[in-house]
Amino acid sequence: MIRVILPPHLRTLARVDGEVELEVKSPVTQRSVLDAVEANHPMLRGTIRDHVTQLRRPMVRFFACGEDLSHELPDAPLPDAIASGSEPFLIIGAIAGG
Amino acid sequence: MSRVRVLVGTRKGAFILSSDGARKRWKVSGPHFAGWEIYHMKGSPLDPDRIYASQTSSWFGQIIQRSDDGGKTWNPPGTKPEDLMTSEGMPKGESNMFVYDASPETGKPLTTHQWYDGTQHPWEFKRVWHLEPSLSDPDHVYAGVEDAALFESTDGGKSWHELAGLRGSDTGPKWQPGAGGMCLHTILLDPNNPKRISIAISAAGTFRTDDGGKTWKPINRGLWKPINRGLHSEHIPDPTAEVGHCVHRIALHPSRPNTLFMQKHWDVMRSDDAGDSWQEVSGNLPTDFGFPIDVHAHEPETIYVVPIKSDSEHYPLKGRLRVYRSRTGGNEWQALTKGLPQRNCYVNVLRDAMSVDALEPCGVYFGTTGGQVYASADAGDNWKPIVRDLPAVLSVEVQALP
Repeated sequence: MIRVILPPHLRTLARVDGEVELEVKSPVTQRSVLDAVEANHPMLRGTIRDHVTQLRRPMVRFFACGEDLSHELPDAPLPDAIASGSEPFLIIGAIAGG
Repeated sequence: MSRVRVLVGTRKGAFILSSDGARKRWKVSGPHFAGWEIYHMKGSPLDPDRIYASQTSSWFGQIIQRSDDGGKTWNPPGTKPEDLMTSEGMPKGESNMFVYDASPETGKPLTTHQWYDGTQHPWEFKRVWHLEPSLSDPDHVYAGVEDAALFESTDGGKSWHELAGLRGSDTGPKWQPGAGGMCLHTILLDPNNPKRISIAISAAGTFRTDDGGKTWKPINRGLWKPINRGLHSEHIPDPTAEVGHCVHRIALHPSRPNTLFMQKHWDVMRSDDAGDSWQEVSGNLPTDFGFPIDVHAHEPETIYVVPIKSDSEHYPLKGRLRVYRSRTGGNEWQALTKGLPQRNCYVNVLRDAMSVDALEPCGVYFGTTGGQVYASADAGDNWKPIVRDLPAVLSVEVQALP
C-alpha cells in the first residue's frame, strides 16, 4: 500500500480524513501515484496537476523521506520507502501568499 | 412574507446571509468552503435553491460547486447523492475542466494574446470570475473566466465548453490584461432575446453576440473622452481603439435590455442602443472612477455607483464611504451617506460586490474589501451593516424568495 498525505484543503474537497492508502502498480513514480490518487478521487483532477499539461501546479510541492522531489521527473522511481509504504508521499501547498 | 438571501463570496470562503422581507434581522451562515477564494455565487432565476459557486485557489486551481437546497449543502456537479451515502462515500464530480477550444471548426485556433511586454502570450486558464445562470434552464449556466473567455455548461455545471467565437473574433490577439488579470467579469443576458449576450473583459472592453455566442463584435464606440481630462485617458494611447478599454462593470434593467450602464476604469457611461454607442453620464460625481454599477429593481432609470478616489488610490474620497444614486439614468447624482462611515474609511468595493433585491421597496447591498456587507431596505436612503468583519468581499448577489 502506498500512503499519501493530502494538504488540508484537498482532504476537505475529497472528504477524507488522515492519510490516503492506494494500490499502485510498479514502478511507483509521481505519475503512477498521482494517477491512482485521481482515479480514486476524481474530484482532485486539476487540483494537483494541470488538466491539460499534467504538470504539477506551481504552488504544489511533493515531499518524501525528508526530500523535496517537486523537480524530479514524473516518471522517475520514488524512493523504496514510499513504494513499500513505510514512508508517506506528501502533497503540500507551498508556503506563499495569504 | 417574502424572504431575502444574500450570497457573499470572500477571499476566505462563502457566507450566506438571510432575513425575512423586513430585512432587519439577519442570520449568517458560513464560512462555506473555508479558506478558499469564492469569486462568485449566483442562483438560477427559475429555481432559486439552485446556486452555482466558483471556488478557487492559487494553490489548487478551480472548483465549481452547486447547491440544490439554497446553500445548505454543496456538491461538485456530477456527484450523485448515493456517492456520499456510505462512510467511504466521496464526491465523484469532476466539474473543473475548463479547456480552451482552439479547434478550426468552432472558431480560429487562437492561442495567444498580448502580454505586458508587447509579445504574444499563451492563454492560460486561471479561475472563474463570474457565473451567470441562464434565464430559461436551471442546468444551463455561463462562466466568465480569466484568461478571458466565455464557457457554458448545459448539464448543471458538470462539464464546460468554450464559446470560442469570442476569443476567435479578430481582436483577440490585441487583448491584454489589466492589473487584476485578463478576466471576463460581466455576463448580461437579454430577457427579450435569448440569442443576445453582452460581456465585458478587463482590459479588452465590451462585446456582444446576437447569434447565441457564435460570433461577437466589440461594442466600445464612444468609450473615450473628446477632451482628455488630465490623466484620465492616459491608460489607452488611442482612445478610439476598437479594444483595450478597461470596462469594470456593466448592468441593465430587465425591462429595458437595450439600455446598458457602465462603470469604466474612469467614467460612468450609458448606451441606449445595446452598446453600439456610449455616452458619458458621470455628471456631478465627485470622482467617476469605481468598480460596481447596478440598477434599481423597479426603476430602470435609477442607478447606483460607489465612487473611488482614483486608479492609484482604491478607496473612497476623503475617507467617506458614499453610494451615489442617480434617478435620471445618470448625469445628476445624489450622495447616499446615512449609516455609512463618513470618516477614516479606506475600503474598496469590487466590481461584482453590489446587488439589488426585487422587494418593495428595493433593497441595495454591497460588500467591501474590509469585510462589511452594507444593506439598505429603502433603495439607498438608509444603510446598515449586516456583517462587518468578514474576509475581503469579492462578490454579493441577492435573491428574493417567496
